[in-house]
Amino acid sequence: MPQQSPYFASVSDVGKRLAAAGYLTDPAIATTVFLADRLGKPLLVEGPAGVGKTELAKAIATATGSGLIRLQCYEGLDEARALYEWNYKKQLLRIQASSDDAAWDAVHDDVFSEEFLLARPLLAAIRQTEPTVLLIDETDKADVEVEGLLLEVLSDFQVTIPELGTITAVRRPLVVLTSNATRELSEALKRRCLFLHLDYPSADREREIVLSRVPDIGTALADQIVRTVRALRALELKKAPSIAETIDWAHTLLALGLDTLNEEALRATLGVVLKHISDQVRAAGELRLN
Amino acid sequence: MTQGLLGHLADFVRALRSAGIPVGVSEGIDAAAVLGAVDVLDRRQLRAGLAAVLVKRAVHRPAYDTLFDLWWPSLLGEGSAAGQPSGDDSPTDPEALREELARLLLDGDLDIDNEALRRFARDAVASLGRGDAVPGRQSFFSYRVLRALSPDTLVSRLLDALLAGADRGGLAEQVARQTIRERIAALRAAIEDEVRRRVAEERGRDGVARTAIRPMADQVDFLRAQQQDLAALRRMVAPLARRLASRLAAKRRRGRSSRLDFRRTVRSSLATGGVPIVTHHRPHRPHKPELVVLCDVSGSVAGFSHFTLMLTAALREQFSRVRAFAFVDTCDEVTRFFAPGVDLLRATQRLSREADLVWFDGHSDYGHAFEAFVERWPDVVGPKTSLLVLGDARTNYRSPGLATLKGLVARSRHAYWLNPEPRRQWGSGDSAADVYAELIEMVECRNAEQLGAFVTRLLPV
Repeated sequence: MPQQSPYFASVSDVGKRLAAAGYLTDPAIATTVFLADRLGKPLLVEGPAGVGKTELAKAIATATGSGLIRLQCYEGLDEARALYEWNYKKQLLRIQASSDDAAWDAVHDDVFSEEFLLARPLLAAIRQTEPTVLLIDETDKADVEVEGLLLEVLSDFQVTIPELGTITAVRRPLVVLTSNATRELSEALKRRCLFLHLDYPSADREREIVLSRVPDIGTALADQIVRTVRALRALELKKAPSIAETIDWAHTLLALGLDTLNEEALRATLGVVLKHISDQVRAAGELRLN
Repeated sequence: MTQGLLGHLADFVRALRSAGIPVGVSEGIDAAAVLGAVDVLDRRQLRAGLAAVLVKRAVHRPAYDTLFDLWWPSLLGEGSAAGQPSGDDSPTDPEALREELARLLLDGDLDIDNEALRRFARDAVASLGRGDAVPGRQSFFSYRVLRALSPDTLVSRLLDALLAGADRGGLAEQVARQTIRERIAALRAAIEDEVRRRVAEERGRDGVARTAIRPMADQVDFLRAQQQDLAALRRMVAPLARRLASRLAAKRRRGRSSRLDFRRTVRSSLATGGVPIVTHHRPHRPHKPELVVLCDVSGSVAGFSHFTLMLTAALREQFSRVRAFAFVDTCDEVTRFFAPGVDLLRATQRLSREADLVWFDGHSDYGHAFEAFVERWPDVVGPKTSLLVLGDARTNYRSPGLATLKGLVARSRHAYWLNPEPRRQWGSGDSAADVYAELIEMVECRNAEQLGAFVTRLLPV
């Protein structure tokens, strides 16, 4: 594979350019993204739902001016959906269109050529000549067999098709895998990846995120929202509110025209941050809303 | 120099391995590549960069951080050599330090990399933390620092300042309290880090590394879990049940080898001239696992039963046919407390208040509990039932009720006993575990890891 020039010059460059793409990093995120680019390794991002794992991949694509190819994993995902598939309808047409049996040899080689290959996300990403970010989303949802499928793609950036041979990447894509950690991914997969555990951000960073996503909200209210969300997270709820919920909440309060978060406002909008009724009851009790 | 740096890295990797973090050879090579790519003089970059290749599971991260601080300390000795001189102008008497602490805690959010916090911890440990470890030898202790500073007594002052005149007792106070709790926790962590660093300089880091690593969350013993472990463990058990449920659901959906539907196959073969090209199968009869959980909730296994109840609650959300029974010296059904969607902490509180568990004196009596179970719910355990008994099998020298248990095991489809005590203690003292183990498959289940292994291996499919 030809040496390709890295996208980012330094760790601080990563931070700056991701911030310009609307994603505020902390040193850990910036360093890991920088290493993924420098060492040419896939990046496995793990963490609870809604802390911005998918957003990170999108921001990297924006910051580097790359195209984004996304493979959404689900239970039952197979080779034909992830890697490639032969376009058998077109193959049939080709066979029927060729006139006599004289052309059999030609046809039989012909129907297994590039023309009849349907590239699915993994193969598509490998064959791109333009800069590409490949996002493999919710890897933990896929079956264990799919991980085996990913190994060849992730370590050597190549795909082997029995009828055609091995297709090697012209330009190595930047790969981001995300996982909610509902199950432990295999050691073989983890070994090939850089690991980044994204957790709920520090108060400072979360405040900045809210301010950058919802610019119309005042600093004081943003601060209040962030502190309240942190108090909620400390409660051991079924589903602790994540950054996505914090931002939704800020939008909600803004839309309602509230400029301070008091008991009344919290009671009215608790459904935005807590999505289980038992969590709401619990939070109301602990935060003395009644 | 390079040799020295690489050697140091190899040392660090070895320390990680001995702390139980699996680091392979290829990860070690990657770590060396990381040293070449990041700015090694920026500690935060180095920490994050090495973590990206060396730590592949979130539960390993705390141990990694502790070891990182020991192997790559931010500075040496008093800290005056590296960077700005501290010690001359910084206060050393406890009162002045307390003033500074109050200012620091009020000032803003503290994360572990906060420079002001680090400097404060350095000063505080240097002036307050020194004490005699053994006569004639000095060492550093975090409890001395924390006792002298007693950050908890600052809470009410901080609360007043944060609330800025707002009313006490409402939402604002709860939120402010949480903020203060977080900042004090950050302070404690910083002081403990600093003490470890100083001690490591005096006694060598290998010695400190051995004692400083807390067991990882899935290795913590149920019976010895401390308050902060409990929260981590609770978070681990919930996905365990969800994982189990999704695994069972997937198995049920995927199975295809059901019986051949001969009639439909012949019928459809007529379209292909009598050749049965497509076979038809009878639809699967859905297997509905029934689970009956019998759980000892007496004081001696309190930590353990909490988790099993939690597992029960989680299973209850996924399966309709889970029935839970709790016992101390008599038995009561507790399924109703774990309706899907209820809050678990509240459910356990209600359980201990409302359920009828104590018959005689509130010490476990397995014999009577089993008898009460069979007498009051004779038809709960049947040929489709998996029975799960949870308890330490310590009978207080009372009748173990072997015959009753034997009957239950014979009637059930599977029967397992999870015992939170280490295997070598089974049968010692008043434990009847060895006797029970002859009747029922008894599994040692001391921590979340063993529970996870059991769940994936055994539960009914």
